[in-house]
Amino acid sequence: MQKLNDIEDINKEKYDFVTKIKPAYQTGKGIDRELIEEISRVKKEPEWMKNIRLKALEVFLSKPIPKWGPDISEINFDEITYYIKPEDRKANDWNEVPDEIKNTFEKLGVPEMERKYLAGSVAQLESEGVYSKIKKQWADKGVVFMDMDSALQQYPEIIKEHFGKIVPPSDNKFAALNTAVWSGGSFLYIPKGVKMELPVQAYFRMNGEMEGQFERTLIIAEEGASVHYIEGCTAPTYSKYSLHAAVVEVYAKKDSKVRYTSVQNWSDNIINLPTKRAWVEENAKMEWVQGSLGSKITMTYPSSILRGEWASTSNLNVALATGNVWKDNGAKVVHAAPNTSSKVVAKSISGQGGMSVYRGLLRINKGAYNSKASVQCDALILDDHSKSNTYPHNEILDESASFSHEASVGKISEEQVNYLMSRGIREEDARSLIVLGFLDDVLKEIPLEYSLEFNKLIKLEMSKMGAVG
Amino acid sequence: MAENYLDIKNLNVEINGKEILKDVSIRVKSGEIHALMGPNGTGKSTLAHSVMGNPKYKIKGGEIILNGKKMNDLQIHERAREGIFLAFQEPVSVQGLRFINYLRTAYTSLHPQEKLEYKKFLDEVKELLNFFGLDNSFIDRGLNDGLSGGEKKRMEALQMLILKPKFIILDEIDSGLDVDALRIVSKAIQKAKENGAGIIIITHYQRILDYIKPDFVHVLIDGKIAESGNGELAKIIEERGYEYYKGEINAKIE
Repeated sequence: MQKLNDIEDINKEKYDFVTKIKPAYQTGKGIDRELIEEISRVKKEPEWMKNIRLKALEVFLSKPIPKWGPDISEINFDEITYYIKPEDRKANDWNEVPDEIKNTFEKLGVPEMERKYLAGSVAQLESEGVYSKIKKQWADKGVVFMDMDSALQQYPEIIKEHFGKIVPPSDNKFAALNTAVWSGGSFLYIPKGVKMELPVQAYFRMNGEMEGQFERTLIIAEEGASVHYIEGCTAPTYSKYSLHAAVVEVYAKKDSKVRYTSVQNWSDNIINLPTKRAWVEENAKMEWVQGSLGSKITMTYPSSILRGEWASTSNLNVALATGNVWKDNGAKVVHAAPNTSSKVVAKSISGQGGMSVYRGLLRINKGAYNSKASVQCDALILDDHSKSNTYPHNEILDESASFSHEASVGKISEEQVNYLMSRGIREEDARSLIVLGFLDDVLKEIPLEYSLEFNKLIKLEMSKMGAVG
Repeated sequence: MAENYLDIKNLNVEINGKEILKDVSIRVKSGEIHALMGPNGTGKSTLAHSVMGNPKYKIKGGEIILNGKKMNDLQIHERAREGIFLAFQEPVSVQGLRFINYLRTAYTSLHPQEKLEYKKFLDEVKELLNFFGLDNSFIDRGLNDGLSGGEKKRMEALQMLILKPKFIILDEIDSGLDVDALRIVSKAIQKAKENGAGIIIITHYQRILDYIKPDFVHVLIDGKIAESGNGELAKIIEERGYEYYKGEINAKIE
């Protein structure tokens, strides 16, 4: 029993706490023109940004709720609080962050990770970044890493040039919503030729219920630059839902390399609908690594548009769907230039009634000759109440392209469990080892702190299942 | 080492309602090697899995006792922790489960009172891999993943040594092994015996017994022990063939 308790401590209680703060500012519920103008006014934004927001609002209002995936009809846009500013000040030193907020991030281990292995860190609570830091050696080389609102104030020209180009509001209803009400997120700029050996991390924390977090992230890797961006997300559990709808735009310019690792461990009342997309130019490399541990519903399909010759992308995805959860994960790749290559590996686990879906689009345009693409999706189903579906959509329009698609759906075999048990390993531990083995080729790509988290969570899920059946 | 014993007493086992083992009794002490011989489909593997505790095999009568403690109602992992080890005839593979991680988990599960020094453990594993003629890449490979039949058998024998069980059942460890591998595995079995383990070698053929001398031999025919004797019995069986016993049993029934 002791062992089980340890796991619970780490995985449930670690994130399931509420920060007691009186927000410095918050808007009323519901969304309309006045809300947008209010947000823009509070943020003292340039007029052009307000206009982008207002146009996006119209797009948002004109689009219906998508009906092709999980049921998200419970979202009532009139009930949500769209903007909550926890604190007036933005700090660059943890000692300047108010105690209650600082303690929140201490509990989540954020300052410690920063000390140990990060080149920079952004921390967001509710709608605003409360802390950001880029270590001096990188700042000296011209690297910029800060919350998006500060970036809009300090680098309006760069933002104006890049904002909403890769993911326009018309892309989907939630991209439009984000563009209309966005707040927070991070801005990362790596100058030409700068190779960052250490990763940077943005941590997003939601604190309330019936609220929305709409962060906006913009990453620009100039020619020959390289960077690893990590994103972590958590929230306490509530009975009512909250909405998280982010937009991420990545510019991977010629010869650059960008890795975007996202590990979300949202509480199980969060509806998570981010839109993430990268433009990958000549000989650049874009890697998406996604660990989807939490949330009630997730729909996310990180996309790479391979625009330059020899551009490449990989998309490694692990999703855990246990309990009353629907994970709709996938990838989108468009080969729009010759000699481009892509690799998608998606692994999912469903248990205790969970639903996991792989939904992917892969297109090789006519003229993108000698392009290579592979898609592999493997599902592991833990019991008879759980489901997994695969919807791969492949459009191979150039005859010289090479393309492979593999899919598998499996269960844990009793022979495997018996074999491990015959070596003294308890049944639930045996099942955990098998599941972690199934995930291994993706988990080994996830930073250690987060992959340990995966380990613990899988063990917790297995022990729960042991208790039931 | 204190003397241990494993007592299989009047064991009756069925699978899916079909009776397989009938009143089988074998008593194994530390440092003894028993050979359990018999033709295919006679219940040898059933005995192995029943002793290990696979729930598919239902014990309808009799007892499995280890040092005075009844094993019948223990789960597989509990029996392993009491000191029983089964080298599988067909070891399963687990993709992505790195051998060394698996082995370490197994070791700490079996010997919770010991503080495992990883470096030492790893060196020991490397040394054993070398002994079995396997290279160090096996450390990080998925458990049995992509291994040939013979490699799997050698890895089973490696685990037999490193996990330090009290009683070992080897289910057709000799099948799929060439002469060189058979010699190495036989050496490993001899080592285990010297370490004080009691061993049951299940085999169809006499071949492995050219390399390793059993103290006792049992012949299993149609789920029953048809004859037990000392090491010499193996030779006699080879001369007679199993058909001899079929005749014997039929004669008795008539």
